Amino acid sequence: MALLELRHVTRRFGALEAVHDVSLSVEAGEFFTLLGPSGCGKTTLLRMIAGFDQPDEGQILLDGKDLADTPPEDRPIHTVFQSYALFPHLSVADNVAFPLKMAKRPADEIARRVREALEEVRLADKAQAYPHELSGGQKQRVALARGLVNRPRLLLLDEPLGALDAKLREEMQVELINLQRNVGITFVFVTHAQIEALALSTRIAVMSQGVVEQVDEPDRLYCAPRNRFVADFIGKINLLDGHVIASGSEGMWLEVAGLGKIVMSSVASSTHTSKGTLAIRPEQVRILGVEETTTAENCFQGTVRDLIYHGDVTIYTVLLANGLPFKALKPNSAPGRAKFFEVGDAVRVAWPKEAGIFLDH
Amino acid sequence: MATPAFADLLKFRLHKNLTRWLVSGPPFLFLLLFFLAPSLIMVLASFRYPGEFGGLAPLRDANPAVLQGLTLETYRFFFSDVIYAEIFFKSFGMALATTLACLVMAYPLALLIARSPRKHRDLMVLLVILPFASNFLVRVYAWMIILGPQSAFAHAIGSALELFGITPVPLLFSPVAVLIGMIYVHLPFMILPLYTNLEKHDPVLLDAAQDLGANAWRRFWDVTFPLSLPGIFAGSALVFIPVLGMFAIPDILGGTRDMLIGNLIKEQFLGVRDWPFGATLSIMLTLMVLAWAGFSMWLARKWSHSHA
Ligand SMILES: Nc1ncnc2c1ncn2[C@@H]1O[C@H](COP(=O)(O)OP(=O)(O)O)[C@@H](O)[C@H]1O
Ligand SMILES: [Mg+2]
Repeated sequence: MALLELRHVTRRFGALEAVHDVSLSVEAGEFFTLLGPSGCGKTTLLRMIAGFDQPDEGQILLDGKDLADTPPEDRPIHTVFQSYALFPHLSVADNVAFPLKMAKRPADEIARRVREALEEVRLADKAQAYPHELSGGQKQRVALARGLVNRPRLLLLDEPLGALDAKLREEMQVELINLQRNVGITFVFVTHAQIEALALSTRIAVMSQGVVEQVDEPDRLYCAPRNRFVADFIGKINLLDGHVIASGSEGMWLEVAGLGKIVMSSVASSTHTSKGTLAIRPEQVRILGVEETTTAENCFQGTVRDLIYHGDVTIYTVLLANGLPFKALKPNSAPGRAKFFEVGDAVRVAWPKEAGIFLDH
Repeated sequence: MATPAFADLLKFRLHKNLTRWLVSGPPFLFLLLFFLAPSLIMVLASFRYPGEFGGLAPLRDANPAVLQGLTLETYRFFFSDVIYAEIFFKSFGMALATTLACLVMAYPLALLIARSPRKHRDLMVLLVILPFASNFLVRVYAWMIILGPQSAFAHAIGSALELFGITPVPLLFSPVAVLIGMIYVHLPFMILPLYTNLEKHDPVLLDAAQDLGANAWRRFWDVTFPLSLPGIFAGSALVFIPVLGMFAIPDILGGTRDMLIGNLIKEQFLGVRDWPFGATLSIMLTLMVLAWAGFSMWLARKWSHSHA
């Protein structure tokens, strides 16, 4: 049985459906992420799981038991808020002790567990400090220790790294993964940053406008997005819309207006599909000089419109014959060379028929 | 090389100090003149003799039969009769009772205003300060009518007491009437600082407390109340201190035996015209307020430390 189960959960604010018919299940021990652009209903969903809000329709079950009549204070679920929400009048140790005091644990047990929790987040030396004396990263770790100290069934984290700068964010990501593995508590993590989601999660639910578009493991989401939205939202991707002109056991041919025929080995799930999209990642596309030869089945002319140098790789945007910008990634593996092409260069982009996937919706 | 930089720094410092003096100078001078000077005059007055026809006796007089110079006589007099200590004690009790009653009544109201939708709050605050729009004495006289023997209110209280077999006593001209008047007049001074404090609390802290297992009772006592202590201390000071010196309300609503320090001091200056004794009483009152302020500050510090 799943630890947490959402069944057809819907939440409306007036005419707006902030969450629409969401069904999900989260297994014990998972690092489960809700990923979606700002305003897609992630916080609303999290607040319903925590109990601060009630679904208009549907059910939320924990260990198979409906939570509808359980107020937030009685749910074995804790939340790490984006603003940390540390109690300013309490020391770090008293903040962490708070949930244990509310659970009326004996004083010696509280002292021991607070000490252990602070060691877990490497803040034992700050026990007597007050929240205003801590840095952003330290506050974050206190909030985590406080959320985990009395071992909830579920820890909810609403964009907890949102307020940190990039470097600290990366450090905290590693800490979060380690912490979650060490304590073995199920995390439901909310973010709008797809890189963060891919790096941290065992599974990700991609949301858009209150709807869950796809639930999958990070690599599945990246390699096999189910629709345009997911493909576009996760990582960088080229989307070529066209018509299916032939389909057989050895592959499928797509006619793209202004460009020509594309061949691919991936096939549409439905044989009746006539329209569709080829989705292909920049790292699957080779960029070639005009005189270079290639064995790839698909090869098109274009000119370099712009390029972004990332150090390890450079991402070129190539304007194709049909006016479509097309991204190709090239590793800067040759020593001493930062880039291979300049803006305005005539180039070709090529990819084998095995690359990319077909999206029929 | 360092010289121009140093000169610049000096110029900057001078400029900064000049600005500081221009800004803080006038209010400083004002306080010096109109607060410190009169206070010193009072201190001096308390060590002098009363004049033959009231006021102060001259510091120096050609006639050796006239009392002159400085003396501790008024202080000896103050400590010689227990009645003054009793009046001080009674005033202190009245101030404490008023402060506590105001706190208990103001807190829920301030909380209600602070948690109302933003658009209603201004109106509610306006209603709290609306009584200031009418004259203080008029409002206290109104209580004379409300508490007077002819009023429906007094009748209702009287019949309620009779139900329990208690013979009703007149409300007006009693310590109870004084207390009611004191509470009524000073309630806004408790509500406003409390509201100002409570309104600033981040609501996410209550969500966090609830999320971590705190029910409504614990959320109040473990989060809202400790965070509101500065508001409680501010409001208490704004009620306690004026009540301690108040004379108009006991004059109007109290009986002849409900005299407080304020009445006593007023009586010395305007009634029996014994200025030195009036000054002595004022100084004793100031000392008591300072002692109380010091004590409550010490208490506040100790309290917040024991909760650290
Ligand atoms: N209490 C509320 N009242 C009205 N609208 C709300 C409320 N809470 C959220 N919304 C709306 O619901 C949508 C989803 O919000 P939210 O769940 O906060 O998105 P996210 O966390 O993904 O950024 C937004 O359009 C937001 O304006
Ligand atoms: Mg949000």
